[in-house]
Amino acid sequence: MIPRPFEYHAPTALPEVIALLGQYGDEAKLLAGGHSLLPMMKLRFAGPGHLIDLRKVAELKGIALVGGEIHIGAMTTENELIFSTLLAKHLPLLAEVARQIADPQVRYKGTLGGDISHGDPGNDHPAVMMAMDATFVLAGAHGERLVKASEFFHGLYDTALTPGEVMTQIRLPLPPAGTGSSYAKLKRKTGDYATAAAAAVVQVKNSVCVQARIALTNVGPTALLAGDAAASLVGKTIDEAAIGHAAALAMKICDPTPDLRGDEAYKTAMAGQMVERALRTAAARCAI
Amino acid sequence: MDQNVENQGRLEKLEGIGCSRKRREDPRFIQGKGNYVDDIKLPGMLFAVMVRSPYAHAKINSIDTSKAKAYPGVHAVLTAEDLKPLKLHWMPTLAGDVQAVLADGHVSFQNQEVAFVVADDRYIAADAAELVEVDYEELPVIVDPFKALAPDAPVIRPDLDGKDVGAHGARKHHNHIFNWQIGDKDKTDRAFSDAEVTVAQDMHYPRVHHCPLETCGSVASYDAIRGDLTVWITSQAPHVVRTVVGMLSSIPESKIRIISPDIGGGFGNKVGVYPGYVCAIVASIVLGRPVKWIESRSENLTTTAFARDYWMSGELAADKNGRIKALRVNVTADHGAFDACADPTKWPAGMFHVCTGSYDIPNAHVSVDGVYTNKFPGGVAYRCSFRVTEAVYLVERMIDVLAQKLGIDKAEIRKRNFIKHEQFPYLTPLGLEFDSGNYLPALDKVLDAVDYKALRAEQAQKRADPNCPTLMGIGITTFTEIVGAGPSKSCDILGIGMFDSCEIRVHPDGSAIARMGTISQGQGHQTTYAQIIASESGIAASQIAVEEGDTSTAPYGLGTYGSRSTPVAGAAVARASRKIREKARKIAAHLLEVSPDDLEFDLDQFKVKGNPAKTKSMKEIAWAAYNNVPEGMEMGLEAVDYYDPPNFTFPFGAYLCVLDVTKKTGETKVRRFYALDDCGTRINPMIIEGQIHGGLTEGFAVAMGQELPYDEQGNVLGGTLMDYFLPTSMETPHWETDFTVTPSPHHPIGAKGVAESPHVGSIPCFSSAMVDAFAHLGTTHFNMPYNSYRVWQHAQSLGI
Amino acid sequence: MSKKTIVNFKLNGASTDVMVEPRELLIHTLRDKLSITGPHIGCETSHCGACTVDIDGASVKSCTVLTVQCEGSELLTIEGFAKGGVLHPLQEGFTQEHGLQCGFCTPGMITRAYRLLQENPSPTEEDIRFWMAGNLCRCTGYQNIVKAIQYAAAKMRGETVTTSHPLMAELSA
Repeated sequence: MIPRPFEYHAPTALPEVIALLGQYGDEAKLLAGGHSLLPMMKLRFAGPGHLIDLRKVAELKGIALVGGEIHIGAMTTENELIFSTLLAKHLPLLAEVARQIADPQVRYKGTLGGDISHGDPGNDHPAVMMAMDATFVLAGAHGERLVKASEFFHGLYDTALTPGEVMTQIRLPLPPAGTGSSYAKLKRKTGDYATAAAAAVVQVKNSVCVQARIALTNVGPTALLAGDAAASLVGKTIDEAAIGHAAALAMKICDPTPDLRGDEAYKTAMAGQMVERALRTAAARCAI
Repeated sequence: MDQNVENQGRLEKLEGIGCSRKRREDPRFIQGKGNYVDDIKLPGMLFAVMVRSPYAHAKINSIDTSKAKAYPGVHAVLTAEDLKPLKLHWMPTLAGDVQAVLADGHVSFQNQEVAFVVADDRYIAADAAELVEVDYEELPVIVDPFKALAPDAPVIRPDLDGKDVGAHGARKHHNHIFNWQIGDKDKTDRAFSDAEVTVAQDMHYPRVHHCPLETCGSVASYDAIRGDLTVWITSQAPHVVRTVVGMLSSIPESKIRIISPDIGGGFGNKVGVYPGYVCAIVASIVLGRPVKWIESRSENLTTTAFARDYWMSGELAADKNGRIKALRVNVTADHGAFDACADPTKWPAGMFHVCTGSYDIPNAHVSVDGVYTNKFPGGVAYRCSFRVTEAVYLVERMIDVLAQKLGIDKAEIRKRNFIKHEQFPYLTPLGLEFDSGNYLPALDKVLDAVDYKALRAEQAQKRADPNCPTLMGIGITTFTEIVGAGPSKSCDILGIGMFDSCEIRVHPDGSAIARMGTISQGQGHQTTYAQIIASESGIAASQIAVEEGDTSTAPYGLGTYGSRSTPVAGAAVARASRKIREKARKIAAHLLEVSPDDLEFDLDQFKVKGNPAKTKSMKEIAWAAYNNVPEGMEMGLEAVDYYDPPNFTFPFGAYLCVLDVTKKTGETKVRRFYALDDCGTRINPMIIEGQIHGGLTEGFAVAMGQELPYDEQGNVLGGTLMDYFLPTSMETPHWETDFTVTPSPHHPIGAKGVAESPHVGSIPCFSSAMVDAFAHLGTTHFNMPYNSYRVWQHAQSLGI
Repeated sequence: MSKKTIVNFKLNGASTDVMVEPRELLIHTLRDKLSITGPHIGCETSHCGACTVDIDGASVKSCTVLTVQCEGSELLTIEGFAKGGVLHPLQEGFTQEHGLQCGFCTPGMITRAYRLLQENPSPTEEDIRFWMAGNLCRCTGYQNIVKAIQYAAAKMRGETVTTSHPLMAELSA
């Protein structure tokens, strides 16, 4: 459990980060919270020659309300999401998901940007980002570009990030009035990845669903946006029948990998159960 | 001053048996000053790591260590070839088998030890370990003990070729280890033929691991000039390690010092002698420098002494009223690639024959077959005496199965079959003599405490409601344990009787030091042994230093496992204290110029009968022991006691669990767990409660999630803490505890041992509750662990 | 081996320099180089929390932090808790409520609980169980750890505290 040797860099500004990435190419890895990367390095599954630590890069921190959007620096930690009064007021779903990730110590180190950029289908933020229609800011030698969460995740550990790019910010639209959201996660124990999990964001007007987004965690090579399931709710009252129907549609897109958490049948069924849970809670929150 | 108040003050100062004395161990642990093996740092110390086989079964064609040896900072790379001249490439196990220290041309489980890399520090050692090149030729793998006994099954142990007789009799197949039987087979078979009712149930106790938070490790330091070997080691039995090391190395035991410093949890995982320990010793002797070896968590979980993996088939014969007439059990025991159980020599299935439990069963027969597979060795106890968890699980499950068949309530059927209080001492059909027990009041107390009738009524209501999202299960166990191994007439390890010992020296100022052959791993011996000495000798516990774990200072003992510290060493402590007290009585009589018979012992002093003003305190007596003793008496105030127990002790308990299962996900919530334990005399109620909380939590972990499964290629799955279930504060239920007191009649202070009961007793209770949740649908049993995946699958199979 | 660098941080209040390879993990620096052996290695995969130390106001598993990442940081380990021979309320609470057995998890447990009480001086049992879930204990079953933290919280709030295990409770009963 000892990493292979590497060189360490601790740049203090974003241009330096991008320059280092350009200089070392494939040899370099970005170090955010480190709780995915360092374990892989300790197992010697990963052995980068250069580690670029982002912890001193001030422009990657902070949570702010900018116009109709919340902007969150990529290096914002899970516990910062949980403790943020701004998010508690505008986007409580972010604290709800963060509370279900890993454990307290890991949440002091683990970052929002790291969780998303890693491209691990077991991570929890990707589905939430999809459900909240987030936009990611990616910076590189070319400057900045914006990518929608729904277009970011390409495959297992494969994202829209190109070599030399770094995720700097996550932008989330403020939800319209009457919106409720929830993240429901089934896990074996604290610190585990989801057996299956679902994020649901619904907007209700006059008891009728006018907008819905549902996304799933760890039941495919990436987080999955359950478009048909969400669409099935629009124009309906979110009752048990509608919830059950949406869950059934969501289960149709599941393609989980069997492991000790369960086989395909169990994980798919649990994805359906989590969709139901998330929808029930989200719908109840619309009324408040 | 009021006499009672004064006595109360003296009792408080004494801190003897029955006090919730705060632990003497704590100051160092809460300040980060514990001294665990990995904290040991010696001048010139090197660090070692093990190179392990990625394959479960393979021939080793060659090992090339040249690159690793050439890596800067590497001092040695040992393989079996290096150990051969010392005859240390194989070592004896405690079960009469042999185990490869480093693979001798053949590996028979994944992660088996192949080479040992010694370097300046752990970073260099890790780098160099990657450079050891091993040419493996893969062989067919067997992970199923039943398939292992097929006529054409691959040979797992080529080294045993042609050996038809093992340490425990005939081997009927090349992968067979032993068959062990106990009980009257003919009578039992007849009872089954004649029975009004019979039930049968197969069950698997999965392969699990103790996973103490501290892994195993050692620091070996050989002084070539003095010829002394000192080894700091994570061992629950340091004296046994000394004897084994002596046998292996031909160094006399007088030149070997084994030190178990603070131990970060053991639970049975740290009884055996493991290859890493031996390699560290050899490396230290070869290099003339101290060598530290500490295993990683995954190495611990996948190579170092698993527990259980027992395939049990139970049968009960009974009459229509549920009175049991006979028990019949057949077991296939998967021991992995080497038979490295740590059982008393004569009993290859440990004390499995306690499997008749708390019940008056007239006939019983047990047959156990041990089998080799391509899995890591073990089969050791996990927070229980040898195979007792398995035995208790079997009988508690079987009586539930019988209750279901007959439609009798689970509490009621137990009451009908209990050994009655007046039947003790009770000789079981499998030859054990239960010394004491009082089962009915214990169960009644639990049923009252939880309002059992109301729980059953609620359950009936829920079962009747098809829309209820949950299933409610109520589990009951009324278990009897067997601990305190053990009487030397039946128990030995490597030929050494399983006695234990205590030596006490009282200093001139009245303070004392006591040393034992046991070693605490969290049980709080430093605290509780002093309480026994205080009550028995009158020396305040605060004045007593307790030392364990250093073979150069402690008297020989067999160590701490199988809840044997209190029943065996605790008895030695009491008896040594009494020897002190009796010598003190004579000195007091001399000082007071009366006959010893005229004195009575009064907490912390002797007083003259009928003249309570004339007293001598233990402090005064201790001083006199060094300058003014009766004529003909040796000076000093010391005592030693080696205690060979006349019998085991038999703690018991009644547990009840209520759980709720979510039908659609299989998630389970333990709503309530009520544990009543009877461990006889209670030495420290606070520590007892802590031990019970811990045992229940480990039982919960085993029942609800722990397992080390294998795939068909012999890859061990779940060998990290990502998968292996250690519950956190979030998953762990709230525990309710209670007690009754039925002292052991043969133990000097009536104590029985307690730390393992909650593990042994709770696991079948969780199973009882889980099965109960589905019982109305016809379920009589399904196998642990009850993670939500498995529970959901079971629910699906019933069409829920 | 790669080039070693000097890292400076404040360790339990004292400025400390240490020479390390970039790949060196903080737990190894503390234990092997700085004789800080209170934090322990239990799993090396950031699951068990035995290696927990406090870095710049955060509880951190030091098996998953590089020492070079601690340049300029303030570190608190269990060795920094007792001041002038007086135990910290958490240390006292763990003893009075029997919140430890083998002691291996205890330094990490107390260090984590310290940060929890800084953030939430009056945690409920539910809060404690949630916010202590990064520290595994194999011995106690957590029930007495919860009590120990409640004891310390009360003491730190200036309230009168007593053990729930009185010395003579069972003998007097």
